[in-house]
Amino acid sequence: MDIVVFLKMVPDVVEELVVADTGKSLDTQFLRMKLNDPDDYSLEEALILKEKYGGTVTVVAMEAAEVDDVLFTALAKGADRIVKIPGDWTGIQAPAIAKVLASYFSSAGRQLGPDTLVLLGSQAIDDLEGEVAPYLSEILGAPYIGVITGISLDAEKKKVSVIKEFAGGLRGEFELPLPCVIGIQAAEKPPRYVPVAKVRSIMKTAKIETVDIAPPEITSGVTIEKMFIPEAAGKAKMIEGEPEQISAQIIDLLKETGILRR
Amino acid sequence: MPGPILILAEHLKGEIADITFEMLGIGRKLADELKVTLHSIVFGKEAESIAANLGVSDSVFVVNNPQMDIPSTDIASNILKSLIEQKNYSLVLIGGTNVSTGIGPKLSFRSGLPFINFCRNIWVKDGMVGFTSQLFGGKILSDVGLPGNRGIICIYPGSFPSNAGKSDKKPSIETLSLPAEETKVVFKQYIEPEAGDVDITKQDVLVSIGRGISNADNISMAEELAAILGGAVCASRPVIDQGWLPLSRQVGKSGMTVKPKLYLSLGVSGAPEHVEGMKDSGLILAINTDPNAPIFSVAQYGICADLFDIIPPLIEKLKT
Repeated sequence: MDIVVFLKMVPDVVEELVVADTGKSLDTQFLRMKLNDPDDYSLEEALILKEKYGGTVTVVAMEAAEVDDVLFTALAKGADRIVKIPGDWTGIQAPAIAKVLASYFSSAGRQLGPDTLVLLGSQAIDDLEGEVAPYLSEILGAPYIGVITGISLDAEKKKVSVIKEFAGGLRGEFELPLPCVIGIQAAEKPPRYVPVAKVRSIMKTAKIETVDIAPPEITSGVTIEKMFIPEAAGKAKMIEGEPEQISAQIIDLLKETGILRR
Repeated sequence: MPGPILILAEHLKGEIADITFEMLGIGRKLADELKVTLHSIVFGKEAESIAANLGVSDSVFVVNNPQMDIPSTDIASNILKSLIEQKNYSLVLIGGTNVSTGIGPKLSFRSGLPFINFCRNIWVKDGMVGFTSQLFGGKILSDVGLPGNRGIICIYPGSFPSNAGKSDKKPSIETLSLPAEETKVVFKQYIEPEAGDVDITKQDVLVSIGRGISNADNISMAEELAAILGGAVCASRPVIDQGWLPLSRQVGKSGMTVKPKLYLSLGVSGAPEHVEGMKDSGLILAINTDPNAPIFSVAQYGICADLFDIIPPLIEKLKT
């Protein structure tokens, strides 16, 4: 199986986000980028599949801050090839990202083969204009399913069986033929740990392949009027003080509301 | 003159999803303001009986196809595309749920209409429709517009009141007979939730843990607190994905919706997917180190502190 995993970098929301002076985007100066969480699971699922059924894992990412580290880490975890699509992709919209990723398959020496499985995160926190995976499946003409938490391959290695999450713990099993595009929500196991020393030593010898793709001239048809930080982010009445005082206040509150008797 | 508005009504195992009524409520309001009609469409073998409950819309299209109980993204987007061409819809509203995921972008691609994700608010001003979307886990809101005043909108669950979408009125129902279509993505079976040791939907007190719990060994502290308060421990997605607690303890979009009397949230940031499952709890008390954590806009009481500084003395005090 030829497994291709697309990874996307997104702003780390643990950091404080600042809106740029234009009021229409984030101030990138203060952004710390991290790998989109579901994409981390996509990579893990790809590595699990390779261990179970053999094949190769190719990890592809568009250029962004910190992306080299993410790609080398993927290699250290067990990916076979790492590929970067160079360029300044700041502010690129979901339909255009899908176009770039689709172009990857028509670049020299690469193709969407009969045994290609394309994995992406089911969604990213910055997907304002859509979700990349279904757009990609449309351009490639390959079937798609999203919100997947498990994949297995059939004996002839022509079809995959997948588990999709619905709601309330209810899930469903679906089957689809290769090649296909799958949006991953979570893997069967948490992403594996790789020691930093191993990543560092791989960085010294390994190389990131590059594939040049021209920025597509498509827009989403959605205009951003303004971005802002939601007000009332502090609707909660804040309880302050030393831990001892705080815990006493919590107990008072629980008594007042009748949750604690006495 | 804008075209009518269409809602993709969603249901799961015969039960109409709340998002359907949310969309009907806001859809009705927009249709009245724009002076256009409101249509709905339902797929699946029980489509007809479901359609009877959608009286807030002027008319309902029914596609009585048993294969579409779980809508295939391919077939659904083809049917919706041809309806858009026939009726010239201005807006198509789709639920931002796991069931409907993927239909919006596919329909956008096939119809050429733009797509807006994570929509939390919609308004009409001077004949133009405006939208607010949430981004970055609810930490940023973005006002967006559609220059052509037409588009496909993915409504984030919990954004609009569902009561406004309920009515005893009977809508006019039209059954669409469409040629059978094949999809390569075949639904095989449902996998029912594993019965957990504890049913978190039936607890009066829930101690909820998130990423801030740091590692599996710390869960015993939350368990101890829950035991003293006569409740159980539940968790947000990251804790479940780490395998620290079973799926039956997950609160949020893919997990359970809970309404305990007390929801004590420890180290949960309050991503919208989590809030969806707990916002209707009685008393919500949240502890988080990040003063900007979205959980503080849902909680009535907040404590900006390290949960490991607060919980041990709290347990000690409760024991005495």
